[in-house]
Amino acid sequence: MTALAAILTRDMRLSVRQGGGALIGVLFFLIVVTLMPFAIGPDLALLARIGPAILWLGALLASLLALDRLIASDYDDGALDLILTARAPLELALAAKALAHWLTTGLPLVIAAPLLGLLLNLDPTATGAVALTLAAGTPALTFIGLIGAALTVALRRGGLLIAVLVLPLTVPVLIFGVAASNAAIVGPVPFGVPFTILCGLTLMSAVIGPFAAAAALRHGME
Amino acid sequence: MPLIDLANPTRFLAFTSRFLPWLAAATVLVLAVGISLVASAPDDYQQGATVKIMFIHVPAAWLAMGCWTLMSIAALGTLVWRHPLADVAARAAAPLGAAFTAMCLITGMLWGRPMWGTYWVWDGRLTSVLVLFLMYLGVLALWRTVDDPSRAARATAVLTLVGAVNLPIIKFSVDWWSTLHQPASVLRLGGPTIHPSLLTPLLIMALGFLLLFITLHLAAMRNEIMRRRVRTMLMLQAEAAGR
Repeated sequence: MTALAAILTRDMRLSVRQGGGALIGVLFFLIVVTLMPFAIGPDLALLARIGPAILWLGALLASLLALDRLIASDYDDGALDLILTARAPLELALAAKALAHWLTTGLPLVIAAPLLGLLLNLDPTATGAVALTLAAGTPALTFIGLIGAALTVALRRGGLLIAVLVLPLTVPVLIFGVAASNAAIVGPVPFGVPFTILCGLTLMSAVIGPFAAAAALRHGME
Repeated sequence: MPLIDLANPTRFLAFTSRFLPWLAAATVLVLAVGISLVASAPDDYQQGATVKIMFIHVPAAWLAMGCWTLMSIAALGTLVWRHPLADVAARAAAPLGAAFTAMCLITGMLWGRPMWGTYWVWDGRLTSVLVLFLMYLGVLALWRTVDDPSRAARATAVLTLVGAVNLPIIKFSVDWWSTLHQPASVLRLGGPTIHPSLLTPLLIMALGFLLLFITLHLAAMRNEIMRRRVRTMLMLQAEAAGR
């Protein structure tokens, strides 16, 4: 348990002190949302209607962008070898790393989402719904991304490959995240139905992600 | 000869070199019978002659899904037993699966144009097959990116198994999603229960496609085994030259 806590605090410290990792993700999120009105026109009614989808896409891309630092930096400086040979189970160590990664890159996106919702003319209910669904759904993105990061850790051209491997797997999360947000705004389905499924997806990926990533690392690093 | 003997690559090569010509002949025969039955099958009372696209479209769709199942079983073989032939089977299956999925998508689009008036609809089934196609391409990309064949095999095996868990979820969620946005869809993909005059050619075509897949897969596996032997020989040669 202390080993996992050590990994958690170390990763969080590193990402906070190492050149604003979390802030760059939020900045990217802001830029994506800013670009949208240029692409589709400054029609406030239209923006309010598709705002949840824009926020979800922006958060998905921003969390994808940060994935290459999830394991690769540990691979570069040799810390990954220590984690692999440590007594703490690799699955739990990876889960701790993913949690730290979400706390430093995913959570800032969730906090930034309501502010960006103002730019997209979202009313308070919609803003709350999007923030809630992002809070429930972005951990799933991190845990799914963990698999991609583990698979591509030793590759030189891993960055683009992660996106290709991970994005198809995130389709359900995106669907239920946007569906829950829209259900809260216009209905007709009650908010709880897609939201519960979204939470279920997060829990499931929290189980599958570390195990698959650990298998990928064990088989890939020897 | 017990089946387990085939797990030896050399015996596998010897067996398939005798077996493949017969398999190819059976494939041609069944497909010829199937195509002649398709040609003589009656037109659908609503869809007219375009219903004949179904005889390619549906078997391709079945194989697109069956191929991922095969790859998942091979992935278990790779991860659990570390069997090189399982690596070879998975690697040979991936391009075939991608090709059959592409065939399913393309024939579906060609069928959709006269029937639905558009090439593409974001319907649940279309979208989930498209995601399946993207996942095949991801597997192919991973195969090509990792240089060492056995490491590439283990990495793609993990991805294949994760994909196998995710595909039903994607299918289910996409269906759910499309019913949110298109209630009471005008598409009738299930269609009416198929009349026997159309079902028999369909099943024979499906058998022909299955035989075609097995033939191509075994041939691709032979190629892959030989490619690995060439690679090993080249490396040995380079090592000897370096001394």
